[in-house]
Amino acid sequence: MYKILEKRKLNEQVVLIVIDAPYIAAKAEPGQFVIVRCDSVGERIPFTISDYDREKGTITVIYQIVGASTMRLAELEQGDDILDVAGPLGVATEYAEGAKRVAVVGGGVGCAIAYPQAKKLHNMGVKVDMIAGFRNKGLIILEDEMRAASEQLYICTDDGSCGFNGFVTDQLRELIDSGAEYDEVIAIGPVPMMKFVCRVTEPYGIKTLVSLNPIMVDGTGMCGCCRVKVDGKIRYACVEGPDFDGHLVDFDELMRRNSAYKEHEQAHICRLTGGVRNG
Amino acid sequence: MADMNPKKTPIPEQEPSVRARNFMEVSLGYTAEMAMQEARRCLNCKHRPCMTGCPVSVRIPEFIEQVAKGEFEEAYKIIRSTNALPAVCGRVCPQERQCESKCVRGIKGEPVGIGRLERFCADYMRGKAVDTQLAEPNGHKVAVIGAGPAGLTAAGDLAKLGYDVTVYEAFHTAGGVLSYGIPEFRLPKSIVQSEIDGLEAMGVKIMTNMVIGKVLSVDELFEMGFEAVFIGSGAGLPRFMNIEGEDLVGVYSANEYLTRINLMKAYKEEYYTPIIRSKKVAVIGGGNVAMDSARSAMRLGAEKVYIIYRRSAEELPARKEEVHHAQEEGIEFLFLSNPTRILGGENGHVNGIECIRMELGEPDASGRRSPSEIAGSEFTLEIDTAIMAIGTSPNPLLRMTTKGLEVNKRGTLIVDENECTTKEGVFAGGDAVTGAATVILAMGAGKKAAAAIDNYIKTKNKSND
Repeated sequence: MYKILEKRKLNEQVVLIVIDAPYIAAKAEPGQFVIVRCDSVGERIPFTISDYDREKGTITVIYQIVGASTMRLAELEQGDDILDVAGPLGVATEYAEGAKRVAVVGGGVGCAIAYPQAKKLHNMGVKVDMIAGFRNKGLIILEDEMRAASEQLYICTDDGSCGFNGFVTDQLRELIDSGAEYDEVIAIGPVPMMKFVCRVTEPYGIKTLVSLNPIMVDGTGMCGCCRVKVDGKIRYACVEGPDFDGHLVDFDELMRRNSAYKEHEQAHICRLTGGVRNG
Repeated sequence: MADMNPKKTPIPEQEPSVRARNFMEVSLGYTAEMAMQEARRCLNCKHRPCMTGCPVSVRIPEFIEQVAKGEFEEAYKIIRSTNALPAVCGRVCPQERQCESKCVRGIKGEPVGIGRLERFCADYMRGKAVDTQLAEPNGHKVAVIGAGPAGLTAAGDLAKLGYDVTVYEAFHTAGGVLSYGIPEFRLPKSIVQSEIDGLEAMGVKIMTNMVIGKVLSVDELFEMGFEAVFIGSGAGLPRFMNIEGEDLVGVYSANEYLTRINLMKAYKEEYYTPIIRSKKVAVIGGGNVAMDSARSAMRLGAEKVYIIYRRSAEELPARKEEVHHAQEEGIEFLFLSNPTRILGGENGHVNGIECIRMELGEPDASGRRSPSEIAGSEFTLEIDTAIMAIGTSPNPLLRMTTKGLEVNKRGTLIVDENECTTKEGVFAGGDAVTGAATVILAMGAGKKAAAAIDNYIKTKNKSND
């Protein structure tokens, strides 16, 4: 059992929980994830670790309520126990060596995972531009944290209700065109966003790291559900990822395979596997 | 005088047409009378050929003699003295290639139903208290990685010798392939659980959700005071054929398909796990995993289930009984056929599979005749789901994170004749060493490793005195 020590809503749909998990907290690094199972009939859901505190033995997970399993998780309050939490899984993010300036791009609740990347790079002395996109002002999360972890924070909203009026890709292109020399771009968010960030950076030859969110079951290198095509080869996001070179990823396949249970989900009031970035 | 009936006492089974639509156990098991009748067929051969076919050396004629007398508890104790998981082995061992293949009665008729009798004894004693005496603790700690057949057997044997054993399991449930792989209709999970309960009663500690190689390294286990480590991490990632269309929605690895059903209970309404409710399914492969996948698909409501296998019926690696059961349940076998591509519609979902006919040539390295394509013999089947059951490659987590642990070209751990790896104090067995094999071979390796670990720790402590 893994106790929820703290719980707060970041917006209507996005929830932050701090979980007592000392073994995982001792080893967690940015880019890694945990598999969570709420109760004995629940799915195994992957969540990227947003933060960890080695001394307190806690990890932080930020999730969006998108389907049955995340709805079930949202029913658990501070003081309640989660039945199973396993991790830290996946390979920790490996940053470009000697990078001086990096753009970290987050989309929606993906900012919850992009933020620790920015924080780690910022603490390493790298100059970080954080570009965070949301549909509208009301959905903005972690603004203060992202600001503190970056040289410059660029908020973008689809409807222009806050910051730059447009997509993160437009903001990124504008920054590159106005002379920002990035050694690396890290993009974390919905699959289409990651795909189009890679389209922006490719002509400039800027190395672009993406954190993929395929559907998973065991998450430990057994079932093969999380297979993605990278450079034409099958790779397993749970043990070889979730980070991959975005210019080599087949995003269309990922989107297609992530939609495998859409019908099932509608028929069953959404029993979907809700990674934090689905939806 | 032995009962000279040339045939095994028949075992009651669910009707094929009924069982093909439910997940309850296919075989209902012997009654006490049936078991005693079958036991009387044993000749109690002095040279015990059956025992040489058993990877865990169950004292077969001795236990059968007790069954014939109606002394079922005695029989169970004899089995249990060398086999940590009798209820499992009685159900899933390929007896026709092991103990029963050596049975003298098999020369002129059917061998004694050793597996059925083993199962009967275990089931008879289930829930009844057996006075298992806890071994005197010897003060030494051993860690076991993986709560599957290899790890559980090693843990049981070490606990019997007085070791303080902790088993680290990556999943939320112990059992390994017994829990995630083998379906309920062949091995009820309540039986797996009661075998595990039996080990816990012997003092074995099981910690779930512990992915060793990630949350703790093997070296950290030694720092924590464990004197030896046994790795039974099992088979790893599924293989695919690398043909066109494997990225379509509706293509599963058998591992994923079976895990969703067995571990995650997708067949039960109250569970959250989604699974495609397929109408027409092709399973590619000819092993037990292929049979389990095909029969599970049928039970989930499929109208048509094919097994596509590139060799002929004779070469099928699956257990004979499973093939027989699958055929009875209406699974259609397409032998000497191999997929060339999986076809999809505009929505990105599978809608067919193209195969080519094969012919068999000379035996290859595996001793089986190697198949080759017959040019121009392609044919197409209409399907909505394809399940790849063509094997696995080893899980990379431990070798990626453990210095000194060497693997061979295929990625499986290198061990010597005592299951000792290239790293001191680290032993390994089961699929992590052999690649995908059987439950009983993994158990045999766990048993051998437990003896080797006992020897290693005793020798080391003697030289330290």
